[in-house]
Amino acid sequence: MAEYVQGIPIMRPYIDQDNQGYWDAVKNHKLVFQHCSKCDKYHHPPRPMCPSCHSQDTLEWKESSGKGIIYSFVMFTTNKMAYPAFKLPYAVVLVEMEEGVRITANTHEIEPDEVQVGLPVEVMFEELPDGQTLYRFKKREA
Amino acid sequence: MLQEYVDRKFRTDNRPPVDINLIKDKVAIVGVGQTKYTRDSGRDELDLACEAIKAAVDDAGLKMEDIDGFDTFTLDRLALPMLINSLGVPNVKFSGEISGGGGAGCSVAMHAAAAVATGQANYVCVYRALNEASGQRYGRGDSYAEYMLTAFTPHYGYQWPFGFVTPLGWAGVWGKRWMYEFNITREQLGWWAVVLREYAQNNPDAIYYGRPITHDDYMESPMIVDPLKLHDCCVDTDGAAAYIITTVERARDLKQIPAIILSASQSSPIEQEIQTVYNRPIISGLVETWYHGQELYRVAEVDAKDISVAQLYDPYSIGGVLQLEELGFCERGEGGKFIEGGDNIRIDGKIPCNTSGGLLSEAYLHGWNLVIEGVRQIRGTSHNQVKDVELSMVTGGPGVPSSGIILRR
Repeated sequence: MAEYVQGIPIMRPYIDQDNQGYWDAVKNHKLVFQHCSKCDKYHHPPRPMCPSCHSQDTLEWKESSGKGIIYSFVMFTTNKMAYPAFKLPYAVVLVEMEEGVRITANTHEIEPDEVQVGLPVEVMFEELPDGQTLYRFKKREA
Repeated sequence: MLQEYVDRKFRTDNRPPVDINLIKDKVAIVGVGQTKYTRDSGRDELDLACEAIKAAVDDAGLKMEDIDGFDTFTLDRLALPMLINSLGVPNVKFSGEISGGGGAGCSVAMHAAAAVATGQANYVCVYRALNEASGQRYGRGDSYAEYMLTAFTPHYGYQWPFGFVTPLGWAGVWGKRWMYEFNITREQLGWWAVVLREYAQNNPDAIYYGRPITHDDYMESPMIVDPLKLHDCCVDTDGAAAYIITTVERARDLKQIPAIILSASQSSPIEQEIQTVYNRPIISGLVETWYHGQELYRVAEVDAKDISVAQLYDPYSIGGVLQLEELGFCERGEGGKFIEGGDNIRIDGKIPCNTSGGLLSEAYLHGWNLVIEGVRQIRGTSHNQVKDVELSMVTGGPGVPSSGIILRR
């Protein structure tokens, strides 16, 4: 699932100082989340201050296990609300990672009727022809 | 985090008393105006706005030069100076724009009310004009990149690269989780769409006037983004609408029965984004709706059972039905059962909802049409007039920084 239509650009993330570390890690095929070393809490999306202890110097990037379960999802089935660079149908899954953080992405080799809440998945990375690196989720053994 | 919401106890068992509120009972909506709602206006948005504002000023029995304040969405594309130049308003003392998209549907009324309550302006015009159907579409992915380059852009970076660029998709994720957790069915959701379409059949201004649907039509309509079908989605609209806010004291000298603001509230809880609100302990509910609802009830010193009629911002059916839960019209997770058969939200039901046809069947005018219908219910001039209306509620959009007002006679 989630195959691209050639010739239509894939939108790029807007990178700023707060999320630079996240996208730099993706470029290196790693998934990281912002973590406060003082509170031992994850925060996503990343931000300049820990909302629990208000510290601005205890925030670090911690590598994710890459494992999670599908918490919810949508399936784009018509071109009305889909982005035209994707072949239909395609799913966007919300995955609850083992760290407790939830992120969205497309799927890899999961049939539409297999996309269900509770499905165990793990992250994988792909290099796009336009030079950007993105992540997806594929099935894993529970 | 958000434990108050998770427990749903904050301000319900023991609401802090209303200490000081300069808006309550002191400010009113005194004039309303709208253009024709169409799928292709053939006119620009400035042109549409002028017509709606003139209609609202006339409706109130005011002169254009009385207007000294304006409020709208940041999403609105009009340049206020051009509007002022066209309308011939001599001087504007207060102006504002509120972010958060449709969530601000009632925030704009609250800000205008605050301005007149504190004497910053006398008559504030709250306006919105959009060629949503024929022009650049808020809800469509193909025009998104250009249109939504706002301060919220960094958070969209976690969604956009995955072909996840439309509000319907973002809301579908929390909608799907709600349906999963509480066994909400499409059959149940369909009743929201069907009843709103029934209301639209009595409202000649509604885009879907003369085009009724049955529950079978709903079930057979195509899936747009699973879990949402065609008839779950709002109707893209060209048009403009406006209303005028002033003090109750000034309202006494004007033409119409004033719709007095009993309470007005806004809410933007932590972990807020624009619909992609996925890192909250619960995503199968609407945190901002619950908060602004609790504040509405606290200030008004009323409860859900006291509300006569409600216009709930419904860009898609799930957003409308979930608000019924969060505003206390039914229990948590019971929204599906509550709307089964539709009677609870029909004109003589427990809580008549979206009596002009709402965003699904009247017009998607970013909630302005809901405020106007809320005012009509107070005046007694709705095409689907509920009997003996005492309190008329209107809300802003779900999953975004949201808002609400309660109006009374």
